[in-house]
Amino acid sequence: MRLNCPLCGPRDRREFYYYGSEDYLNRPAEGAAPQAWDDYLHLRDNPAGVTKDLWYHELGCASWLRVTRNTLTHEILATELVADLKREATA
Amino acid sequence: MTRTGPGRMFDASHMPQSALGGAVFDGFARVQEIGPLGMISLRCALDHPACPAAVQAAVGLGLPAQRRIIMDGQRAVGWMSPDELLLILPYADAAAALQRIAAALDGVHHLAVDVSDARAVFRITGPRADQVLTKLCPVDLAALAPDELRRTRAAQVAAAFWREGDGYTLVSFRSVAGYVMGLLSHSAQRGSELG
Repeated sequence: MRLNCPLCGPRDRREFYYYGSEDYLNRPAEGAAPQAWDDYLHLRDNPAGVTKDLWYHELGCASWLRVTRNTLTHEILATELVADLKREATA
Repeated sequence: MTRTGPGRMFDASHMPQSALGGAVFDGFARVQEIGPLGMISLRCALDHPACPAAVQAAVGLGLPAQRRIIMDGQRAVGWMSPDELLLILPYADAAAALQRIAAALDGVHHLAVDVSDARAVFRITGPRADQVLTKLCPVDLAALAPDELRRTRAAQVAAAFWREGDGYTLVSFRSVAGYVMGLLSHSAQRGSELG
């Protein structure tokens, strides 16, 4: 498996650390209801198909990536820098 | 054991020591631990207008492009990540270079640290030097640019290397220097050539 790091190009899976669902990018606001925190921390979809998750290029450029991939076909559909996503969201 | 004061004689324990004392292994390629080299980790926004002047003041070189390293004799500057450069210079020059960086980046958010003693440096040389790394790193060396600084892993630990002279220069953390020397030596064993 290779991930196409936007900064480094195609890189072997072994250079990355897998973190989990992209849900971690959507942290509830301060004072949010306990249910929101419970969802954020614990509730995950388990899709047969397209999923988005976070990978850390730990043994490379140290960037966080959001990887869109298909769990049925193992296709990698997109790799994006989380920094860019956050920049767009706050622009 | 510490001797201080004006009458102090030359004390070798105050001299910089490389991690493995210059260990060498001669296989189908030559592996040699070198150094110590002066190394500074500089973290700042690389597109900040003050950044090029700081690098120039520290090692007299310009900013490398993404994933590239600029080398000139004993000095080099490599791109490590979008906000990190590795500066290489003679060991004894690191402290003064840090002061010049601090002056050039006065008031600019940055971090500059002398990491010379936190690193181990190896040379892998010879016509088949690439095979030593091919066996240890998930890297397509045929696609490596001549001036590319490649961060990756060597078996279980982080490493960075680049082409230099008749081989490669590889940097690892000093704490795993023995492990890396073992890896490189084992990979360079005569009789284990590829193809």
